[in-house]
Amino acid sequence: MTPPLESELHAFVDGRLDPARAAELSAWLAQDAAAMARVHAYRAQKEALHAAFDDLLDEAPPPRLVAAARRSVLRRLRPLAVAACWLGLGFLAGHGLRTTGDSRDLQALVQRAAVAHAVYAPEVRHPVEVGAEQEAHLVQWLSRRLGTSLKTPRLGALGFDLVGGRLLPGQDGPVAQFMYQDGSGRRLTLYVGHDREHEASAFRYAHEGKLAVFYWLDGRFGYALSGELPRAELLRLAEIAYRDLTAIPPAPASNP
Amino acid sequence: MDLVGHLPRLRRYARALTGDRHRADDLVQDTVERALRKALLFRPGTRLDTWLLAIMHNLFINQLQVAQRQAETALDELSIEPKSATDPQQAVAVLDIETALAQLPVEQRAVLLLVALEEHSYEDTAAILGIPVGTVMSRLARARERLRSALAGEASGEPSLRRVK
Repeated sequence: MTPPLESELHAFVDGRLDPARAAELSAWLAQDAAAMARVHAYRAQKEALHAAFDDLLDEAPPPRLVAAARRSVLRRLRPLAVAACWLGLGFLAGHGLRTTGDSRDLQALVQRAAVAHAVYAPEVRHPVEVGAEQEAHLVQWLSRRLGTSLKTPRLGALGFDLVGGRLLPGQDGPVAQFMYQDGSGRRLTLYVGHDREHEASAFRYAHEGKLAVFYWLDGRFGYALSGELPRAELLRLAEIAYRDLTAIPPAPASNP
Repeated sequence: MDLVGHLPRLRRYARALTGDRHRADDLVQDTVERALRKALLFRPGTRLDTWLLAIMHNLFINQLQVAQRQAETALDELSIEPKSATDPQQAVAVLDIETALAQLPVEQRAVLLLVALEEHSYEDTAAILGIPVGTVMSRLARARERLRSALAGEASGEPSLRRVK
């Protein structure tokens, strides 16, 4: 075989050669004691480095570092997306619906829902406070805080399963956010906010960049379903959500 | 996106890079604070860990330059904090790798640690340090050879045993 390049020797030590070439190199090294000695020495260096420093991985970081890393929670979460939502959706909603009290409420609702989506949907580790495995507890908890009987829509027929939910501060009290995810990792959030008594409204649609939002009012609550999805797909999901949500309370007796 | 979750690895790299526990944590804190100030420049969808390491590297180099300007004797960089290990053989071996590491030029040390300790790819290492991959490979080769002769020179090829008296 061709003698290995210097860079291949290092890639061999670092496990970055493809298996076929690595096998060739192993065979070659068996014939070259000097090169073999180098490989052994480099591997020993790696082991010595890990032995010397890996204990820091198991050590709790000092409180001052944790505090520094937690500072400004909102700013580290996709700040551009959040800013874009505030500006873009405020602009959109503000133009579509001008002066009535309902329109101002809707405008505020869609803004807050979009911001909450932009903040939490990208979260890898902590997308929700309470996961779907504790759905009963989640629904009970959020229902109590919002003073109603909430329900989580079933979106599984369209491929979206419940991830969980969280409680958020809204303009006039607590707000619930439920998160759903499909098999390819796309996420939807359903934002349920408390409000004054309203006439039920039709679906309205807003979008900013890739983020689409369907939102509506129903009784004392405003709802917004947000996701980076095509409008038609999001509408189908919103229709299911609407149907499931307005089935409460009381649940209509569905005759089999 | 979780900066707290990145702290342990940032601390390990900083500790190996600076050779000093307290300087390392100061460097981690500076890095996290700088990252939060610059959060607008982070592009969602790109890797947070390499971005943080790039910030740390720049801070470290700047600090070294300032220190060197301020005092000709600013060789804190080489300060070694002996580890308190109960096994004397282990203590000697650990001190040896740290001593040898501290004697490497900073640019070689950074490459060696990112590849051999942090297990980053050569491409990621190049991106973190802002240098071409070819430069990563040549610095890696030099660092490994220097370390090899330093460790061999200290202990004639048996670093963990020969110095124990």
